[in-house]
Amino acid sequence: MKQLRLLTALAAIFTLLLSLQATAATFTFTAIPDEDESRLVERFNRVAAYLEFELGVPVKYIPVKSYAAAITAFRNNQVQLAWFGGLSGVQARLAVPNSQAIAQGYEDQFFKTYFIAHKNANVEPSTEFPKAIAGKTFTFGSKGSTSGRLMPEFYIRENLKQSPQEAFERVGFSGDHSATIAQVQSGAYQVGAVNYLVWETELAAGKVDPSKVKVIWETPNYPDYQWTLRGDADQVYGKGFTKKLRNALLNMKDKSLLKAFPRKSFVAAKNDDYKAIEDTARAIDLLQ
Amino acid sequence: MATDSRQAVAKSVSAPPRYNLLRGRPWLQVCGGFFLLALALLPFADLKVYPSEPGQELLRIALGVITPNWYDWPALGQALLQTVSFALIAVVISVVVGFGLALIFHARSVRVFCASIRAVHELFWALILMQVFGLSATTGVLAIAIPYAGIFAKVFAEILEQQAPLPQHALAPSSSLLSRWLYTRLPQAWPQIVAYTRYRFECALRSSTILGFIGLPTLGFYFETAFKQGQYSQAACLLWALFALIASLRYWLHAKLIPLYVIIAFWLLPESAPVNGQYFWQFISHDIWPRTLQQGLLWETVQWYGSQLWTTLLPAAGYTLVLSLIALVLTGILATLIYPIASRPLAGRGAFIGHGALLMLRSTPEMVLAFVLLLVCGPSALPALLALAIHNSGLIGYLVARASDELPQRIDACRGFNLYSYQITPQIFPYLLTLLLYRWEVIMRETAILGILGVTTLGFYVDSAFAEIRYDKALLLVVVAALLNIAVDFFARQTRRYCGLSESRAVFSELKLKR
Repeated sequence: MKQLRLLTALAAIFTLLLSLQATAATFTFTAIPDEDESRLVERFNRVAAYLEFELGVPVKYIPVKSYAAAITAFRNNQVQLAWFGGLSGVQARLAVPNSQAIAQGYEDQFFKTYFIAHKNANVEPSTEFPKAIAGKTFTFGSKGSTSGRLMPEFYIRENLKQSPQEAFERVGFSGDHSATIAQVQSGAYQVGAVNYLVWETELAAGKVDPSKVKVIWETPNYPDYQWTLRGDADQVYGKGFTKKLRNALLNMKDKSLLKAFPRKSFVAAKNDDYKAIEDTARAIDLLQ
Repeated sequence: MATDSRQAVAKSVSAPPRYNLLRGRPWLQVCGGFFLLALALLPFADLKVYPSEPGQELLRIALGVITPNWYDWPALGQALLQTVSFALIAVVISVVVGFGLALIFHARSVRVFCASIRAVHELFWALILMQVFGLSATTGVLAIAIPYAGIFAKVFAEILEQQAPLPQHALAPSSSLLSRWLYTRLPQAWPQIVAYTRYRFECALRSSTILGFIGLPTLGFYFETAFKQGQYSQAACLLWALFALIASLRYWLHAKLIPLYVIIAFWLLPESAPVNGQYFWQFISHDIWPRTLQQGLLWETVQWYGSQLWTTLLPAAGYTLVLSLIALVLTGILATLIYPIASRPLAGRGAFIGHGALLMLRSTPEMVLAFVLLLVCGPSALPALLALAIHNSGLIGYLVARASDELPQRIDACRGFNLYSYQITPQIFPYLLTLLLYRWEVIMRETAILGILGVTTLGFYVDSAFAEIRYDKALLLVVVAALLNIAVDFFARQTRRYCGLSESRAVFSELKLKR
């Protein structure tokens, strides 16, 4: 048994060594932009520098890969501020009581999802929900995305009176808006749901071939991305911190900083703005 | 194909009247059985092909592959070093722990414990650990080290067991278990242990890369972004870097330098946030249990588990099993066909090109293969099966080719196709079969990560449960996946025994990868 104890001790030392490299308490945030995730750290380090200057506390950016990871980091107080999607923001605020949405992108006040179809799907663009997509193959974006999953699934259920798995011949999750476009454009999936901003950007960049794939319907507007802050920020970083942070965000005018998100500017937001998102998520059982 | 060739061989050798081909030929029975079962299950595998126009996208991918490009070389260097750091530290920890467990592997509880920790895929370990340790070095290292410790324990125990017992009898009866192992078994087993650890390190590099997909700062982090967003030149650059890293292992992985590497690796690891006991406790006591249980509603809890079982778990587990079985047979066929390109007796001097090709096949993440195949054949289980078969036959083909290099050559050996079908393949086939049976549980774990195809395996639901922040469901699914793994592992072991294939043979074969 002595050997075992030795081994356990060794393992414990390793773990200790790993966790000893702990960071000093700084104000940490994370963000996943809805498009162009390259040079993430470089771009958001500049945002961190801006916030540090405005807030007078050390600010650090840590990159994450998924909304789920962002929510975990937020709940575990590894980050105190996060740029969430509509749905992930609701989930995060449920996980951390008293946390609040403090600002959203200008575009996020009236966000929308495009339904796109390959020409072989033979679905024409319309202002009504295109019921002809039933029975086709369909791809969402990432599983936890508001524009790529929640809202399209809601409208599919509302209009086709069926779950996507029942309504379509096959349902995939591309994991990313760009991947959705690529997969529908190649005809791998006949129909897909995509964040409208990503579509517009890729169209402008010439990555979309309009003879192969086109927008067939757009959803009504809904609120999307927002900055969410933990409720204990004022206690930890000093009185008035929340207000100072909100002002810093709303006054972010530098185009090169805003391009990281990418948004035109930020406007004030509050938790109630996302009540509709929460209700929708509950309606389709994405929230318990 | 494997079965066919064996049948052909068997038939050509002798075909007296009333001769039962299967009698006394357990390999043939097993191969035939698996093949027929896979054929019978094909209709349930959902292999529809959809017409698509992948030309444009495939052209962009091909262009990316030949024009690798990167924008931030320091970041690439850092990602490369951290990929190695995670793998190295994880392997060091798991070797130490695995060796300790190997010494007491005769205890059933230890065997079950090891089987259950290695039955959970690294990615799932990482997703679970992330809830507690956040996105930190601890998460990354433990996600690899935990399952690998289970694997090392098993393999080391097998290696140690095979060593000659004689030296041990020469020791004083009072000497402790550890001294006995250290002074008699370990020196004998040392070359094999080193060789196996080397091989595992290559696997750990791949695991470490894959962990980047969920946010650890390894090569996979940048790769996933670049690939999904269609920046194929960048993705290709990262993939080439991974290939180069693995191909160059033998030039820099020297035993004497490892302590130095470990120190550097510790220094290179990203910062770990302090672990907050409160969140850990909340995760253990609260998050992973169904809400109804927390409210004290026992009957509702039973109902919840029951409904999960019927609606998700059983169908998903069945489907996972079907897919993994077909992928396994496909892997066997493909591996039999492609191993010659890297086999020195068969490919001659050109074998190194084959080696390179197989290295690429086994090191390219299945996600990439699946994505490309998805563009070609549309969404169904077909791209998943092909991706799994290509990836795994790259690995098995490589091991078999290495084994074929060591076969003694007859002076009057035939050449070409005859050499392949009458001399080498029959000799290495038992080995190939052993490897396949060994690999089955791995293939099953890997069906997990093909959710982009909408292929509803257990792993697809695990991924969904984590994405929807439903840890109760995630935990249940992970446990079921682990049980299924243990069951398959058990079945494969029985099959190996039935075939008279020694358990250690697979280990040995992996060991031949030394140098």
